[in-house]
Amino acid sequence: MSLDKATVSHIAKLARIKLADDRQDVLADELNSILGWVEQLSAVDTGDTPPLANVTGHDLPEREDVVNDGDIAARVLANAPDPIDAFFAVPKVIE
Amino acid sequence: MTGSAMIITGATGDWEVVIGLEVHAQVLSAAKLFSGAATSFGAAPNQQVSLVDAAMPGMLPVINKHCVAQAVRTGLGINAKINLVSVFDRKNYFYADLPQGYQISQFTQPIVGEGEIEILLADGSSKSIGIERLHLEQDAGKLMHDQHPAKSVVDLNRSGVALMEIVSKPDLRSPEEAGAYVTKLRSIMRYLQTCDGNMEQGSLRADANVSVRRPGDPLGTRCEIKNVNSIKFLMQAIDYEARRQVELIEDGGSVDQETRLFDANSGTTRTMRSKEDAHDYRYFPDPDLLPLVITPEQVAAIKADLPELPDVKKARLVTDYGVSEIDATILTEERETARFYEIASHGRDGKLVANWLISELFGLLNKAGRSLADSPVLPENLGGLIDLISDGTISGRIAKDVFAEMFESGEEAAAIVDAKGLKQVSDSAAIEPLINAVIAANADKLAEYKAGKDKLFGFFVGQVMKQSGGKANPQMVNQLLRQKLDA
Amino acid sequence: MDKLTDLSLTAARRHLAAGDFTAVELTEAHLAAIQETAGLNAYITVTADAALAMAAAADQREAAGNAPAMNGLPIGVKDLFCTNGVATTAASHILDGFVPTYESTVSQQLWDHGAVMLGKTNLDEFAMGSSNLSSYYGAVENPWRRTDKPEEKLVPGGSSGGSAAAVAAGSAMASIGTDTGGSVRQPAALNGVVGLKPTYGRCSRWGIIAFASSLDQAGPITQTVADAALMLGCMAGHDAKDSTSAAQPVPDFSAALSGDIRGLKIGIPTEYRVAGLSAEVEKLWNTGIDWLTSAGAEVVDISLPLTSYALPTYYIIAPAEASSNLARYDGVRYGLRVDGDSLEEMYENTRAAGFGDEVQRRILVGTYVLSAGYYDAYYRKAQRVRQLIRNDFIDAFKGVDAILTPTTPSAAFGIDSPPLDPVEMYLLDIFTVTLNLAGLPGISVPAGLSQHGLPLGLQVIGRPWDEATVLRVGEVLETAAGFSHRAGQRAGGKR
Ligand SMILES: [Mg+2]
Ligand SMILES: [Zn+2]
Repeated sequence: MSLDKATVSHIAKLARIKLADDRQDVLADELNSILGWVEQLSAVDTGDTPPLANVTGHDLPEREDVVNDGDIAARVLANAPDPIDAFFAVPKVIE
Repeated sequence: MTGSAMIITGATGDWEVVIGLEVHAQVLSAAKLFSGAATSFGAAPNQQVSLVDAAMPGMLPVINKHCVAQAVRTGLGINAKINLVSVFDRKNYFYADLPQGYQISQFTQPIVGEGEIEILLADGSSKSIGIERLHLEQDAGKLMHDQHPAKSVVDLNRSGVALMEIVSKPDLRSPEEAGAYVTKLRSIMRYLQTCDGNMEQGSLRADANVSVRRPGDPLGTRCEIKNVNSIKFLMQAIDYEARRQVELIEDGGSVDQETRLFDANSGTTRTMRSKEDAHDYRYFPDPDLLPLVITPEQVAAIKADLPELPDVKKARLVTDYGVSEIDATILTEERETARFYEIASHGRDGKLVANWLISELFGLLNKAGRSLADSPVLPENLGGLIDLISDGTISGRIAKDVFAEMFESGEEAAAIVDAKGLKQVSDSAAIEPLINAVIAANADKLAEYKAGKDKLFGFFVGQVMKQSGGKANPQMVNQLLRQKLDA
Repeated sequence: MDKLTDLSLTAARRHLAAGDFTAVELTEAHLAAIQETAGLNAYITVTADAALAMAAAADQREAAGNAPAMNGLPIGVKDLFCTNGVATTAASHILDGFVPTYESTVSQQLWDHGAVMLGKTNLDEFAMGSSNLSSYYGAVENPWRRTDKPEEKLVPGGSSGGSAAAVAAGSAMASIGTDTGGSVRQPAALNGVVGLKPTYGRCSRWGIIAFASSLDQAGPITQTVADAALMLGCMAGHDAKDSTSAAQPVPDFSAALSGDIRGLKIGIPTEYRVAGLSAEVEKLWNTGIDWLTSAGAEVVDISLPLTSYALPTYYIIAPAEASSNLARYDGVRYGLRVDGDSLEEMYENTRAAGFGDEVQRRILVGTYVLSAGYYDAYYRKAQRVRQLIRNDFIDAFKGVDAILTPTTPSAAFGIDSPPLDPVEMYLLDIFTVTLNLAGLPGISVPAGLSQHGLPLGLQVIGRPWDEATVLRVGEVLETAAGFSHRAGQRAGGKR
């Protein structure tokens, strides 16, 4: 499978990374090289082996429905690049 | 097909509307789905936010057991299959209200599978609506646009609150059915206490997938109307959207699959985003979480703890109290109403109590803008009033005055009747003088009556009742008047 | 007594307990070593004042007779662990100015055990790399130099390159790193120190900046195997804040170091004798086999047939998880923001400026393999192969108690002559990455020098939760190797 510049541009868009035009060419080559290499997996006969998402083997632990967090607005906002009052601010969004 | 299907008659013939709904119901829980921050409505901005909800680096989700139980409970309430193993996936997209850059949701293996609920339509018929699935997921934060001229601002209080997304099959055929479906779902969840159903506060929102087709044809291209937050708006939005699509197709165009927004002011829908810029959500199992495993014993325990649900309760009210199907539906939509009704009608005439509750009490509550929960008339007291009517202590007419007084003061009916001396007079010795006086005072009317103007009988009854201050037993007045006039 | 900066953790603990010197003196010596070796760029942030305060507190505990296991021992912390009130960068521009208001579970446990934080060590950006060349804060230099080219600066490996270089340079008694594909063991090997990756789920991931959540695991980098045992005991344990943390009992790892491996069966995977394995590494491996045999272990050949597929599997799974884990760096709540006219532009500008080339590359690969139409061919396929790789190990461990392999296929390369092809760079992790995929514990122990005088490591792999055996075998190797070489650019000079 070969990945063209338009595809690079599309996935960069999905990943919200602005790519200069010349970077798209370089990345198309690099990604093709990486993807070409990982495609050797298609040679592995995985049969009906189930996909392994996590090795822990235990079930999901659950916590009680208790309010024991929050009320830390100052800490939540402490690193905000552009807080307005107690909000995070972003460029105006038109919905 | 029931009579409730919406058929749009266009220039080129009839069109059928097909609707599927995705309802987002906020799980009733103290803390969020994956963090210990509170979920209550109306807190100061970013007050109910943990470092997990704000997606600080290195933060990890831990699931709230109660939210899982609530989803199972709801699943059982909609007669659905509970999946003992389910998986949390990440739904990846960027938005300012989504701090992680992904929503933790369930994609291929939801906690609840197929189910169905029964809806009752205005013509008295009922219809079964299939449910595709119910899954647990995180709510997003809130993005606001009017706080600052150049910026939008983000409040993460809702971020991470547990939602149940309930997806119907495309079984709905009209705005009415869609409204009835959401009403029923809401009613079931309120019975179960798994969602408060408060649509104004956003605890219940619906997305509608709407398409049109020639009756019998395969499904047409659908549009999704996002985040409608009242049943009335939902019905309006579907109605508008269906007509828009028919018009579009009949004008030679075609429907584009897209996401649309409903504008409550104009009652119209408009494009939000088209398929071309549709998201590629890149779902994959959340590696911070493990498969959620529920035991059959846990499911059985939740099942054993379920309350009587609206359908069963409704059937029981019809059988045990003799109320009509329609009245029973009204009485059971809210668990609180049914509870009120059952206390008030205990050992009494069920139909009479239903009438008083539905037309009188609801009428007064409506006028006062109050709900049954803060009704000044307690169920026992409504029962007391019914007793006075049934045993002839007061007439139905007096009862209305007494009831108004009860609503005003919160007092018991008997106390009001005693204090105001409103007891019905059934003693002929007391009524006869009144009749004599009325006849004496209306000699001309008596002559007309005798000449054959039968309708004047009612006039005499009215006059006697008036003279008695409404207290005279009407049946007795009737009887005595007949004796006198027809003598 | 050795110089303060040459002491192992266990030796220093004995001296501190005996009152031979104070924790403040020990910390001061290491702060001086940090100054002296600043050219290596092993630290991003040095927390001298806090270190001295922590050391003073340790001295008070020592005096009061309630010194915990690591009381007064100064260590470095990979700058991927969030540290309360101390800038945490992940070596990325995108976390500019970010100061956590919380402490990672693992580092907190170390402080609770009395350890002293010297500062935050350098790494590959977001731990993505095997060379430490991708740090926004500049490359770390390996304190070792080749005998044939003493002027050439070498990479320390990665991604925990700063952590390993600091221990090798004597500017930290030990350090903590994270290991997603070999990021503790590989730099440990290239710096001539010990690196341990515990079983997945042994140490909490809470408060560690995530790279690939299903693979990431914290581990100690130390001068000796005994030190690794000591530190792991302090770092490990169940954490209710991490759903993947295991409720496993934490054994006394130090007590497991009996030196006795008689009767143990050690597997030698034949498939590891391929793929760019240098002759000297192969020779060292054979020597290691002899050492273990001499110590009474039984060596058996085993087969791990899918070995060659481990790296491609890793380079699908890790970027996929990373592309999602790194979505939170969006300029809204912390770190760098590069403005734009719209929200979308702000995101794109911020992430373009904030992430370096390698991180961008991996985010794009990860985004691609998860995208519509490719998920099954790449991601699901990789997860299935991952299961098979794990099965191979499970099968192998039916017949052996531990597995011995080299840690890396070769010694450190020059900072100015890195492999040009990203794939060639990825091959550095070929022997380490399988453990992450299978969730197994492993240790790298310095075992010898290359012909050009650079350290090489041997790796011991164990069953899940059996770090004890891994450490025990590792210590036997350590004893047999008698590795006493020190890096040329070590604080206070070579011993
Ligand atoms: Mg949806
Ligand atoms: Zn949803």
